[in-house]
Amino acid sequence: MSNVLTENKKNSVSLSTEPIVKYLDVKKSFGDTHVLKGINLEIRPGEKIAVIGPSGSGKTTIIRMLMTLEEPTSGDIIVNGKNLWKMEKNGQLVKANEKHIREVRGDIGMVFQHFNLFPHMTILENCMAAPIHVKKENKDEVRERSIKMLERVGLGTKLDFYPSQLSGGQKQRVAMARALVMRPKIMLFDEVTSALDPELVGEVLEVIRDIAENDDMAMVLVTHEMEFALDIADKVLFLDQGVIAEQGTANEVLVDSKNERVQSFLKRFRKA
Amino acid sequence: MIIISAIIEITPQLLRGLGITISVLLASAIIAYIVAFVAGLSRVSNNVILNKATGVYVEVFRGTSLIVQLFWLYYAIPMLFGIQLGSNWWTGVIAIGLNYGAYLSEVVRGSILAVDKGQTEAAIALNMSRYQRMRLIILPQAVRMMLPEFGNYTIQIMKATSLVSLIGMRDILYYGDIMRSTNLSQAPLIYVIVLFIYFILALPFIWLTRKGETIAKKGVVS
Ligand SMILES: Nc1ncnc2c1ncn2[C@@H]1O[C@H](COP(=O)(O)OP(=O)(O)OP(=O)(O)O)[C@@H](O)[C@H]1O
Ligand SMILES: [Mg+2]
Repeated sequence: MSNVLTENKKNSVSLSTEPIVKYLDVKKSFGDTHVLKGINLEIRPGEKIAVIGPSGSGKTTIIRMLMTLEEPTSGDIIVNGKNLWKMEKNGQLVKANEKHIREVRGDIGMVFQHFNLFPHMTILENCMAAPIHVKKENKDEVRERSIKMLERVGLGTKLDFYPSQLSGGQKQRVAMARALVMRPKIMLFDEVTSALDPELVGEVLEVIRDIAENDDMAMVLVTHEMEFALDIADKVLFLDQGVIAEQGTANEVLVDSKNERVQSFLKRFRKA
Repeated sequence: MIIISAIIEITPQLLRGLGITISVLLASAIIAYIVAFVAGLSRVSNNVILNKATGVYVEVFRGTSLIVQLFWLYYAIPMLFGIQLGSNWWTGVIAIGLNYGAYLSEVVRGSILAVDKGQTEAAIALNMSRYQRMRLIILPQAVRMMLPEFGNYTIQIMKATSLVSLIGMRDILYYGDIMRSTNLSQAPLIYVIVLFIYFILALPFIWLTRKGETIAKKGVVS
C-alpha cells in the first residue's frame, strides 16, 4: 500500500490549478426516478479520478452528461469556464444550440463499454475520421498520427482490418486510440473492461495505465477494477443513491473509509 | 412445332414494347429512390413541420392504390389545374415514382433508426455535427441495410410498369393486349410469354437483391 501512495504523489495534481470542469449542483431525473440528486465536482487538468459505486447509482449518467449524451435536469456543468448546456442570448441564459455545445465539448473524449467502433471503416479510418472532418486537420498529418497511436496501443500491424476482425480487447484499444488522436484534455472511460472476456482485461488496463502515466490529460474512470483504481487514481468518488457519498484519495476511500456504505459495498464487491 | 413457330412470331411483337417498359422502369426507380431518401430523411429530422408533412404524403400514397393514383394524375390533374404533367410517359413515371418512393422512404427511415445508438454516441464523443454523423456514420451503415429491400421494391416497380399500358403507353403488356384482341385463341400463349419476359427482366434485380443481402450482413456487425 505505501508504495502505491508515493506512486500517486508523483502524479498528483497541484490543487492550485483552476478546475477544467465544474459540476454545480447537477441533478438528473429520468421521469420520476431521481438518479442524481445534486452533484458538485471539480476536475483539475491532468487529474485522474475513479468513480465507483453500486449498480444504478448514476456513475454512467455523471460522465454521459459531460459528454453531452444526457442533458442535466438542473444545475450547470462548466468546461473551460464555459457553460456546457446553456448559452447567452440577448443577455439571457438559454438552452445551448449545437454550435455552442460543439465548441465547449471539443476538449472531451470518451471510451464506451461496448467500444462503438464504426463497423464500415477500417481501424485506421476509425481514427482518422474525426480529426479530418471535425478538426479539419491535414490528412497526411492525421494519418501519421493515427498510425503512431495505433502502434502505441499495439495494433500497428492491423491498420486495414475492420472492427469485426478484431477481438474485444483489440477493439477497445482501437477505441482508445480513436479518442486519443483528437487530443482531448479530458477522457471519460465508462467501464471499458466490463464487456471483455477476463483474459482480455489486462491488455486494455495496460493501455489506460500507459495513458495515465505518460499523457497529461484529465481522466475520469467509471470502473469496477478496484485494484486498478487504487493504483492510478488521484481521487476516488464513491457514488451512492444519487450523491457523492465519499471522496478522497484512493487510500482514504478504498482503504481507510469509515463510511458504512463504502465498507459494505467493498465487502460485497470482494465476495463477488 | 406449331407452338414454337407461334412463339417465334409473338415474341418480337411483344418486344416492341421493351424500350418503353425499361425506360419507365429506370426513370420511375430513380424518382422513387430520390423521393425515398428525401422523404426518409425528412421523417427522421427534428423539423416538426417537415416531418409531419412527409408523414401525410407517405400514408396517403401507401394507403391508396397505385392505379387510382395513376388515373388521378392522368385525368384529374389536367381537369382541375389545366396542366399536363408532360407526356403520358411522364405521368406514368411520376405516379410509380411517388408511390414506391413512399414505400421506400419507410425503408430508409427504418434503416436509419436501426443503426445502433452507440454509433451516434461515439460520433458525438468525437464532436461530430448532426450532419457529419448522418453522412459519415449513420447513412453508410443504413444504406447497407437498405439494399435488400431496395432490390425487392425495384422488382415490384418493374411489375408495376405494366400499368402504364392503361394510359396508352406502348409497353410489353400493351402489345400483348393488342395481339390478344386480334387473335383471341392465342391469349394463353401470349400472356405466358409476357410473364416470361417480365421474369427475365426481374432476374438481374433478383440477383442484385441476393448480393445486397450479403453486403448488408457483412457491413453492419461490429
Ligand atoms: N435513458 C434512461 N432512461 C431511463 N432511466 C435511465 C436511463 N439511463 C439510466 N437510467 C437509470 O438511471 C439509473 C442510473 O443509471 P447509470 O447507468 O448512471 O448507473 P450506473 O451507476 O452506471 O450503473 P451500472 O454500474 O449498472 O453501470 C439507473 O436506475 C438506470 O436505470
Ligand atoms: Mg454504468
